[in-house]
Amino acid sequence: MSGARRNLVLGGALSALVVLAALVSFVWTPYDHTALDIPGKLQPPGPEHWLGTDHFGRDMLSMIMVGARTSIAVALVAVGIGITLGVPLGLAAAALKGSWLDEVIMRGNDLIFAFPSLVIAILITAVFGAGAVNAIIAIGIFNIPVFARITRGAALSLWQREFILAARVSGKSAARISAEHILPNVANLLIVQGTIQFSLGILAEAGLSYVGLGAQPPTPSWGRMLADAQTMVSIAPHLALVPGIAIVLTVLGLNLMGDGLRDWLDPRLRVART
Amino acid sequence: MSLLEIENLTLSIGGIGILDRVSLHVDAGEIVAVTGESGSGKSMTALAVMGLLPERASATGRIALDGRDLLTTPEPAMCALRGREIGMVFQEPMTALNPVQTIGAQVMETILVHDAMPRAEARARAREVLTRVGLPPERFPLTRYPHELSGGQRQRVVIAMAIALRPKLLIADEPTTALDVTTQAQILDLLKGLVDEFGMGLLMITHDLAVVAGMADRIVVMRHGAVVETGETRRLLADMRHPYTRMLFEASRHQVDLPAAPAPAPLLEVQDVVRDYRLPRTRLFAPVEHARAVNHISFTLNRGERLGLVGESGCGKSTLTRAILGLDEVQGGSIRLDGEPVFTGHRPNLAVRRKMQVVFQDPFGSFNPRHRVDRLITEPFHLLGDPPRGAARDAAIAEALTAVGLTPGDARKYIHEFSGGQRQRIAIARALIIRPELILFDEAVSALDVSVRAQILDLLAELCRAYELTYLFISHDLSVVRSVTDRVLVMQAGEIVEQGPTEQVFTDPQHPYTRKLIAAAPVLPELGLGVA
Amino acid sequence: MLRYSLKRLLSLLVSLAVASLVIFFVVEVAPGDPASFMLGVNAQPDTLAALRAELGLDLPKWQRYLAWVGGMLTGDFGTSYTYRTPVAQMIADRLWVSLPLALYALTLSTLIAFPAGIYAAARRGKPGDMAVMGATQLGVALPNFWFAMMMVLVFAINLRWFSAGGFAGWQDGLLPGLKSLTLPAISLALPQAAILARVMRSALLDILGEDFMRTARAKGLTRRQALWRHGVRNALIPVLTIIGLQFSFLLAGAIIIEQVFYLPGLGRLVFRAISSRDLIVVESVVMLLVFAVIVVNFAVDLAYAAVDPRLRTRT
Repeated sequence: MSGARRNLVLGGALSALVVLAALVSFVWTPYDHTALDIPGKLQPPGPEHWLGTDHFGRDMLSMIMVGARTSIAVALVAVGIGITLGVPLGLAAAALKGSWLDEVIMRGNDLIFAFPSLVIAILITAVFGAGAVNAIIAIGIFNIPVFARITRGAALSLWQREFILAARVSGKSAARISAEHILPNVANLLIVQGTIQFSLGILAEAGLSYVGLGAQPPTPSWGRMLADAQTMVSIAPHLALVPGIAIVLTVLGLNLMGDGLRDWLDPRLRVART
Repeated sequence: MSLLEIENLTLSIGGIGILDRVSLHVDAGEIVAVTGESGSGKSMTALAVMGLLPERASATGRIALDGRDLLTTPEPAMCALRGREIGMVFQEPMTALNPVQTIGAQVMETILVHDAMPRAEARARAREVLTRVGLPPERFPLTRYPHELSGGQRQRVVIAMAIALRPKLLIADEPTTALDVTTQAQILDLLKGLVDEFGMGLLMITHDLAVVAGMADRIVVMRHGAVVETGETRRLLADMRHPYTRMLFEASRHQVDLPAAPAPAPLLEVQDVVRDYRLPRTRLFAPVEHARAVNHISFTLNRGERLGLVGESGCGKSTLTRAILGLDEVQGGSIRLDGEPVFTGHRPNLAVRRKMQVVFQDPFGSFNPRHRVDRLITEPFHLLGDPPRGAARDAAIAEALTAVGLTPGDARKYIHEFSGGQRQRIAIARALIIRPELILFDEAVSALDVSVRAQILDLLAELCRAYELTYLFISHDLSVVRSVTDRVLVMQAGEIVEQGPTEQVFTDPQHPYTRKLIAAAPVLPELGLGVA
Repeated sequence: MLRYSLKRLLSLLVSLAVASLVIFFVVEVAPGDPASFMLGVNAQPDTLAALRAELGLDLPKWQRYLAWVGGMLTGDFGTSYTYRTPVAQMIADRLWVSLPLALYALTLSTLIAFPAGIYAAARRGKPGDMAVMGATQLGVALPNFWFAMMMVLVFAINLRWFSAGGFAGWQDGLLPGLKSLTLPAISLALPQAAILARVMRSALLDILGEDFMRTARAKGLTRRQALWRHGVRNALIPVLTIIGLQFSFLLAGAIIIEQVFYLPGLGRLVFRAISSRDLIVVESVVMLLVFAVIVVNFAVDLAYAAVDPRLRTRT
């Protein structure tokens, strides 16, 4: 219990810090994150610029704060896509287990699993060009089968329970039982899985932006900051360290929070961690 | 000196007391039964002897096997003892075997892990013990996997593993609880035979007093982690000293007093019903095959009648129950309630459904843990066109809860605040609340301790008097069915092989299967009850 | 077993067919005509038409789809719009970097994760378990490409144990090639190993609670013997699923990691093709990646049957 609470508190604090930084950046950042200052470029972290400056002399802290917005927005919307499409599909597949619809949904899931987010992003970018929206779609599509599968799995075992049989004897329809009995009983699982997918979304967004398939300039993003840092990592390591540590701490915070939530809500929850 | 001597065994897990100064002993060639209701600590006593207690457990006292104190024996030495000197058989044969290893490998492992003999000899010994437990290798090769065997056969494999090295002491923890009566009788015979043949001591843990009475040389009765009474079987049955022992035995053979059934008028008519299941395809493009779970069944249930349905697992009684409830469509025949079909076309008929309710077996799985009792028991209101609201709803809830022996104040509680017996009362309240014409009890008391079971059966009789209930009581437990039904159906392999007035079927069974079933069911002797 | 394999094989073929349809038609909706893109804005209509005929762009869609699939089945992936060389050759060259990298990483990840997961499960709740779990928690949070940059900083730039990038090729034997793939493979493998170790641990802990583990102990097996003889093989069933999934992550990850180490793999090829709108190359690389994932999952399904006898007799 103490371990669960520690995870929850530590993870929650880290996640809250990142969200706070993103929110504050809308009204205030230490410097204008687009302001160039070529003479003051590549400064290491110091009293003036807490996290140093980049190769154009831009303030790293300000860029990290604004970059958090991109990361959070992309990951959040992608998780939202996964939940709003995946959960109903999973509920339907479980309610109609063994029917052709279940078969089609599950085969469709398997098929999407064969297209990692990056591959989807490559396809979309090749056709429509790069951008943050494409990153959202690519990560979101990959999230659909994740939520569909976990919802279906949990719902299937619930459908075997006697309280569902009792509801059926009371004449309730499959849709109504799914909404009234199944969904509330898988909600905890979805919250925990949602946290994990959120952290995976942050990682995926960073990766896509790093290879140029995500957010485009001038939208700041942690992944692109790393791409910019690559050639200068030997002369100014902080260019790579700062965004990297920001990513690690955010993802770590979300994962700790997910683990803590899981142990706190129900230690027996089955969450796919992939 | 006895083979096994337990003296003042006190056990706590994480600071919570589990056992309190338990003392008992087992001699070579003797069968000692430890009995009691759930939470009595009987299984923990067995695990303490094996040295397989949960990690946070701390035990004091003495457990001596052949004079050697097992509590102070270090773990490596305990490993050498387990399987060689003490064997153990568990309750759940379906999960007690490793699913990815052959039965031969698992029996041989007992021998090989103790380096008792070389591999070839171990294989020969495995064949020998499997033959001894009734699985001759000609019919059950060592290369079989557990999933290819039935529950009873798997339990035989577990026993073979336990006795492969002829241990001095065999511990059996509810070895037949998960099995059907006829299989149970065979396994009990096997255990008894092994004790006679090898001169082992058998420490048997069971909640079933009829099994205890028929099997044990001595009985140990436990309650709340302490031994309340112990004695030689015949003496104890003749003269029970402790009131709890007496209560336990009385509850086990509890008879309820049903009011007389009214004159026959058909309520539920089941005619020539057939229910098929699709089998998974055996070959890729093979035609779909079906298994017949219910094969041309016909019977009538009269208004005000209490009808029993007995049969072993897999006989089709659950499938039939689901068909009557309108949960599954049948492939042939008709089910009519009050003259109306349960299914109209391919849809269940709601007008008929509101005349029927059900009480399930599992007091823990029958309720949505997120809803309060009032919402749980009013779920059947969904079937009514104009369900009661406001004060009328509250009154209906209060009446239903009062009828099953709870209070209206329980309506605002969550289900986890109730015990198993109370939950079963709530399940009955849910079934009663729309005043159905017919209630199906699907193994409704099978998961309860005997004392709670007796109370629920009494409640049924009371409700019969108050509400003129009509019910179909589905159970594998013959003694319960005998007590609470007027008429009984016996089902085997999807067919009803015998039906008639309950007493007549039990005292003068006509069909060979009914006879076999009744003969296999252990019975409590008449001894000693009422002796103060 | 044969029945099960055939069933899986059928499902593999259906998946491949549907995947190819999806990829082809997604690329089909792409705005712009590859031929005019290749020849520039000043192209003559007749040269344009000739090029379109040469590339097969004037045929109906379904014919072009069949030609594309038929070509791939015979090893002909078409001709690159920009380089005018066979796509198959271009891919084959790059595959010799990306595929060994992914397999190298998968091997490393499994070799690290199995002992770590088993060790942690065996010492559940003890300091050893806590240490492993803490390390994996960190490992799961690492973006592999950033971790790769840090590896370059430490092992290539500061310690000079490895070169900071580039690929030595296989022509001088196995070792120089493997050496230039080592840092990339480690960067790819460690985060995946962290996930796999966690899965291994929790699968084992689930198994440790099973009745048959208690049976094994009652036979006289020590805790460790029971874990190894009865736990690990049963835990492999969920672990295999994850290994199958990880392969697709590793392939995708390899494409990104190649950017860090300037490796001439599929990643470089595909990103250059995207920027020059060489859609036939993109299409073929994506199909190849999807093909690899589907085939690996087919292999995982077969591995299930090898591990779990229940699958062999049923269905």
